[in-house]
Amino acid sequence: MSFITRGFSGRSRDRDDRLPPGQTLVPDFPVLSAGPTPEVDTAEWEFTIRTESGVHRWNWDEFMALAIEDVDTDIHCVTHWSKLGTNWRGVSLDTLFEHVETEREFVMAHSYGGYTTNVPLDELLGGKAWVAFEFDGEPLEPEHGGPARLLVPHLYFWKSAKWVRGLLMMDEDEPGFWEQNGYHLHGDPWTEERYW
Amino acid sequence: MEHVDGNALAGPLAEFFSFDATTATARCNGCGAIGELARAMVYRSGAGTVVRCSSCDHVLATLVETAGRAWIGLSGISAIEVPRGPATSSG
Repeated sequence: MSFITRGFSGRSRDRDDRLPPGQTLVPDFPVLSAGPTPEVDTAEWEFTIRTESGVHRWNWDEFMALAIEDVDTDIHCVTHWSKLGTNWRGVSLDTLFEHVETEREFVMAHSYGGYTTNVPLDELLGGKAWVAFEFDGEPLEPEHGGPARLLVPHLYFWKSAKWVRGLLMMDEDEPGFWEQNGYHLHGDPWTEERYW
Repeated sequence: MEHVDGNALAGPLAEFFSFDATTATARCNGCGAIGELARAMVYRSGAGTVVRCSSCDHVLATLVETAGRAWIGLSGISAIEVPRGPATSSG
C-alpha cells in the first residue's frame, strides 16, 4: 500500500506511472525486424523445449489444446516507445514447462528466420511470460511475429522473440542476437538496461 | 614470438575503418560467397541495422547506434577487402 499520493510524488501530473523512464507512449504498434518476415504455416509450425535430457515438442494443434490465457499487459520497446494495455492470448510458459525437468537455469529463444534472444528461466516462469498467438482478438500477423511469438512484457520487447520456434536450455546466460551486438544481456525497462 | 600491445593497431585500423563500404568486398561466413558490401541486403529498424548476404541471407554485420554510442558487429564476415593505393612497403 502506498501512502504517497500522486500529488506528493514530485512527478509530472501528465506522466503515467506505468511508463518506465525514457519511454514515450505510442498509439500504434511499430514494427522492428532484423530481416525478412518469415512466412510460417501453422501446418508446418512446431514449438520445442530442448533440455539436457531431450526434446519436448508441440505441433500447432497440440499447442492449441493447452490452457490458453488472456493477457492484458504493457509493452516497452528499447527504442523508447511503450504501449499500455495491450491484449494478447497465448499459452503460459508455466504450462509449457509443467512436465519439463531441467537443471539448466538459462534459456535461449530461437525463432524462425534465425533470431535468438536470451532470458533466465526464472524470468519466464511465475506468470511472467507466454507464447502468444493472438493480438487484440486477431491472429498475430506475421509482421508482429505470427503465428506465435514469445511475450515477456516485463523486459524490453526485443526479448519477446517474434516467430518463436523453440527454447534451448543453457547452463550459462549467453547473449542472443542483439545482446551480442550492443544490447543489454538482461533488458529491464525500469532500470533502463538498454545497452552493454 | 614477441607481441606488442593494441596501440600498434592505431595506424592500420585507422586506414581500415575509414574504408569506403560501397567499394569493399567481404566474405560471408554462412556460404563463403565473396561479394561487394554494396550488394548486401540492408534491413533498417529502430533497434539497429542488419546487413545480410545477398546469396544466402546470413547476417553479415550489425550496426547499433544510440546517442553518443555505436556498435558494429562483424561476426558474419570472415574478412573484408578494402581498396588501397599502391603498396608503400614490401614488409
